[in-house]
Amino acid sequence: MCLAIPGRIVEFAAEPSFAVVDVTGVRRKVNVDLLRPDGLAVDDWVLIHVGFAMSRISAEQAEEQLRLLTMLGEATLAAEEVEGYQFE
Amino acid sequence: MRSAGAVRFRDPQIEMAHGAGGKASRRLVEGLIAPLLGGPLLGPLMDAAVLELGAERVALTADAFVVRPLRFPGGSIGELAVNGTLNDLAMAAARPAALVVTLVLEAGLAASVLEAEVRAIAAAAERAGVGVVGGDTKVVEHGKADGMYITTTGLGIVDPRARLSPAAVRPGDRVLLSGPIGDHGITILLARGELDFEASLCSDTRPVLPFVERLLDVAADGLRWMRDPTRGGVASALNELAVDTRLGVGLLEEMIPLRDQVRGACELLGLDPLHIANEGQFLAVLAPEVADAALAAVRATPGGEAAALIGEIRTEPAGAVLSTAPYGGARIVDMLVGDPLPRIC
Amino acid sequence: MKYVDEFRDPQLIRRTADEIRRLMEPGRHYRFMEVCGGHTHAIYRFGLEDLLPDSIELVHGPGCPVCVLPMGRVDDGLALAVEHGAIVTAFGDMMRVPGRRGSPLEHIARGADIRMVYSPLDALKLACDNPDRQVVFFAIGFETTAPSTALTLRRARSLGVPNLTVFSNHVTIIPAIRAILDSPDMRIDGFIGPGHVSTVIGCRPYEFVARDYGRPIVVSGFEPLDVLQGIVMILRQLREGRAEVENQYARVVPWEGNLPALQAMAETFELRPYFEWRGLGFISQSALGVSAAYADFDAERRFELPGVRVTDPKAAQCGEVLKGVLKPHRCKLFGRECTPEHPVGALMVSSEGACAAYYNFAHRRARLEEDAAPAPAAAAG
Repeated sequence: MCLAIPGRIVEFAAEPSFAVVDVTGVRRKVNVDLLRPDGLAVDDWVLIHVGFAMSRISAEQAEEQLRLLTMLGEATLAAEEVEGYQFE
Repeated sequence: MRSAGAVRFRDPQIEMAHGAGGKASRRLVEGLIAPLLGGPLLGPLMDAAVLELGAERVALTADAFVVRPLRFPGGSIGELAVNGTLNDLAMAAARPAALVVTLVLEAGLAASVLEAEVRAIAAAAERAGVGVVGGDTKVVEHGKADGMYITTTGLGIVDPRARLSPAAVRPGDRVLLSGPIGDHGITILLARGELDFEASLCSDTRPVLPFVERLLDVAADGLRWMRDPTRGGVASALNELAVDTRLGVGLLEEMIPLRDQVRGACELLGLDPLHIANEGQFLAVLAPEVADAALAAVRATPGGEAAALIGEIRTEPAGAVLSTAPYGGARIVDMLVGDPLPRIC
Repeated sequence: MKYVDEFRDPQLIRRTADEIRRLMEPGRHYRFMEVCGGHTHAIYRFGLEDLLPDSIELVHGPGCPVCVLPMGRVDDGLALAVEHGAIVTAFGDMMRVPGRRGSPLEHIARGADIRMVYSPLDALKLACDNPDRQVVFFAIGFETTAPSTALTLRRARSLGVPNLTVFSNHVTIIPAIRAILDSPDMRIDGFIGPGHVSTVIGCRPYEFVARDYGRPIVVSGFEPLDVLQGIVMILRQLREGRAEVENQYARVVPWEGNLPALQAMAETFELRPYFEWRGLGFISQSALGVSAAYADFDAERRFELPGVRVTDPKAAQCGEVLKGVLKPHRCKLFGRECTPEHPVGALMVSSEGACAAYYNFAHRRARLEEDAAPAPAAAAG
């Protein structure tokens, strides 16, 4: 229901509540008050919605997800081989 | 004299959408303007009308330019007013012979702004080797126009080699796109400043005749249809093709050239790049046997390096455009409805 | 694009789709609801139904804020511009939503001062730039968007901006999910949970879905791989006889949600006793009004609004589509009286509404496929 896009923090604005984010070369100042307690830094990736950073994107979790997805494919292939073998 | 056709336009008032190049525009033209003005000379609704005058085939087009801001990265209204009209002629495979330019000026417009735009008109015309042979100037009250509007009329001579006709389009024909899409529309959207986005993007305004010349050199017999995807974008131009030919257009999504910044802005704003306006690109439908040579010719022309064959004509889905992603999912790409509006949901 | 392109990888997508096929029980028909309109949009935008077997049916849920907004509320918002002369600001999504006398765009064409904004903070800036005008932010959205309105209210108060008010139409997702679960014709086997709402509310609020109704719910992201992996996770739960809340979208959604966002909402909003949803009717404690502490910034307190309830045309079967009883193109009005250009019912309004998504991306294919198949004699026209 809500369009939100990952962007990278490129700098913190003079105003304390704001940072400049980059989305493939498009830049905008966004409000980062919702994430301030997390201690944001330049080069952090955040999810942007209506001019606000909503969530910090976890590189570890993203990698873990892709790892699971890759394994899932391999598991499928392996399972198919096993099943194929059993039915023969 | 031919009697007027039946008016089918039922919208109670004119909205911005009627000028946005999508469904509402088509409804207005087909439902009100064409039935009343359509005579024997008004053929299929193309970018320019082609008339037989004696032995010559002559292309005639008129285009009105309203853009805010007047100057934007990569161009200005004056340059646009020449290039846009030249491109409408080029889409009929016509070389320009003369331009007529009308300026509608708002009282209060700085003389320096006007001078800059007239210089831009002159420079663009000179670059294309065409003269401005006439025109008109009107002034309206302050607040009645966004600084200035321009209408340009272009007259051109159709290349005798050209055999363009939507009726010649066949299943199996290939669709060529000259370069990355959406640069102009996104540049204008960002240049208005309301969204507070920054990007190093430029309008793609340029004359496309050099590409058309090369296409006629290598593929004249197989060049069936051309259109510059201005307002309404690639999606609207191809939907009109599909509707007019009762054939389908199949697009391969990953083949469509798109700059990162345009993509980023579209993702942020929930817009479809296929709906965004272009001012320096064109679409061509080519017979399959000439498609590769045509692509090579466009790519070898300066500014055409990113050209691509983005899809093909099919029997299905008749009257519609289907875009297929690399992973196999497909979607119908509809015409633009109204202006492209950023969405948050 | 980082964090986007990886999740559109063709090879992984095909493998994940294969895994879905492998996990299905032969002969079983599955109905999964994607609660969120963003998922509906993604499913059509990416053509994900093409990758799914026919026996998985996706039911499009209520998570589209403009779709569920009753027409009377649209009229109230327009009255702020027309009758009270305010500058009304709204997201682009609202611009084509019809009121009784036309949409915001049609009102602009007649001279009303309604402006599109990207962020509620743009409305605040407009108020600062136009101190002699009343500026209203026509707020819509679920819990993803409500915190941005909340922070804007806080900012307006700390800056002492006297001419900004918020016309709040924020709604909350949990009561809507409960309403669907309680509906007697509900036949949903599992839920694809809303990803971006959950960045704010976290995953805990969905526990009742699993505990009280025995249905799996997997909070999922919006890229093709996210949606497909979400379906894999639901199928695994069903296969293993589990009903749990799981988080597919952990790269973005913290299990606990976003505490500062929840605090800002608690301070600036209060739950309304009930609120009307288009297609679903009145749902208690399902919407946020501006809190008493921020009464000065509440458009409903500052201005007198018509407050006239407008019933949807009877022929529009939005409720049935919302609950998954009816496919969008089976509605009597679909594609005839009701189109994205001239929406009659709620779900045709936004491109993430089930009907508009279906219309834009899929219905012509569905129609072609049906035309190609030998038509049953009694098929509806």
